[in-house]
Amino acid sequence: MFDEVRANKIRSVILLVFFFILIAAIGAVSGQVYGDIYFGLIIASIVTTIYILISWFSGDKMILSMSGAKPVTKKEYPHLYHTIEGIALAAGLPTPKAYVIEDNSLNAFATGRSPDSAAITVTTGLLKKLNRQELEGVVAHEMSHIKNYDIRFMMLVAVLLGAVVMMSHIMLRSLFYGGGRSRGRSSGGLMIIIGILLAILAPIFAQMIRFAVSRKREYLADANGALLTRYPKGLADALRKISKDTDVLDKKTSKSMAHLFISNPFKKEKSGKESFFATHPPISERIKRLEQM
Amino acid sequence: MDPIYIILIIIGVLALFVIILYNGLIRLRNQVRNSWSQIDVQLKRRNDMIPNLIKTVKGYAKHEKELLTTLTKERTAMMKTSDMKKKAQHSDKLSDALKSVFAVSESYPDLKANQNFLQLQEEISGTENKIAYARQHYNDMVLRFNTKIEQFPANMIANSLGFSKREYFKTPEEQRKNVEVSF
Repeated sequence: MFDEVRANKIRSVILLVFFFILIAAIGAVSGQVYGDIYFGLIIASIVTTIYILISWFSGDKMILSMSGAKPVTKKEYPHLYHTIEGIALAAGLPTPKAYVIEDNSLNAFATGRSPDSAAITVTTGLLKKLNRQELEGVVAHEMSHIKNYDIRFMMLVAVLLGAVVMMSHIMLRSLFYGGGRSRGRSSGGLMIIIGILLAILAPIFAQMIRFAVSRKREYLADANGALLTRYPKGLADALRKISKDTDVLDKKTSKSMAHLFISNPFKKEKSGKESFFATHPPISERIKRLEQM
Repeated sequence: MDPIYIILIIIGVLALFVIILYNGLIRLRNQVRNSWSQIDVQLKRRNDMIPNLIKTVKGYAKHEKELLTTLTKERTAMMKTSDMKKKAQHSDKLSDALKSVFAVSESYPDLKANQNFLQLQEEISGTENKIAYARQHYNDMVLRFNTKIEQFPANMIANSLGFSKREYFKTPEEQRKNVEVSF
């Protein structure tokens, strides 16, 4: 458990450094085009530093608002609150804030920088369709992500790599639709260079996001969750309901956030054919492991 | 090298070693204390809600006097005792009595329709759950603490530094999932 915490902290720092170097490099390349490599480098460094600080301190808020999650009070959702408070006690952590997404699909995620500033989000569909033990199982799974500091790393992956993927989409689109043409020639050339650079990088980054959710991470959260409730069947039943449910998350969830959820919000799992590149381990396998505990 | 330096170095290393060990024990002991206070908070919360519950149920279920008396009795007994085992025992009896109250409420449609009662039911079963979880965490922490001070090398200094084993807030195994309230 504690090794896992340390590993996640180190991974987070590596990601930050990597992101900084990447954007600074893009800045240097752009600067080169204009003839002043240092100017580009400095501007890019300043911008990246600011973005990193924003990501660090309010990445969770960005994710919550992008997913359409709303903070809820104890009065509105006493049942959810009691469940979260109970599991937090079992884990020996401060109680995370509760958020709800108004949606009929069954899903949940946790985010935050550390256990002291964490939030757990569930869909209203989840609250409606799961019984107490099943909801406890799901919340315990999310609580394990919090305890392990998975939330920190996954938050940074979402907001940093997500930004690169988004930027490359914008660049590519403006290239295709001639957004750069109206400006001066040198500007257009710059756009093309950055565009091509990002076009190459984007799929690599998208792939990295997928790998951020290693199967190991999800299996570990399942196992630790079961340890918290001492009732693996609760989470197993919940996962079974989630996999059978046909509702897909309506909200325009960004692809760079898929890895945060307890089950892939875009999927509908194709039977047996579990892709090597999937963001989540197959639910059937997760259920099987829980039932063997 | 002068032997005096070698001795000083050995003493220094030993002192450092003891300090690290001591701080570790302190941290663990504070965690045990903190997890105990988490149980205490929940027990108190439940105790505060019981008079309210009794008042609400009394109006509808006139034949359940005995059950309500048990509630009052166990509640007072639990508040009075400071012995860990007895407290756990009374707490368990209180849980059973509450479970019975919610079970018999099934046969009083008026009571079941009472908004105040429903709210209390959610609050109390939520608290029951939290008590169970806080207990589980406390017992985990006690296990860790007790193991630590019995193990070498902590056992050499634990006693002389005033660390002693903690008592579990023990519960029968089936206790965990007993507050299922079916509607």
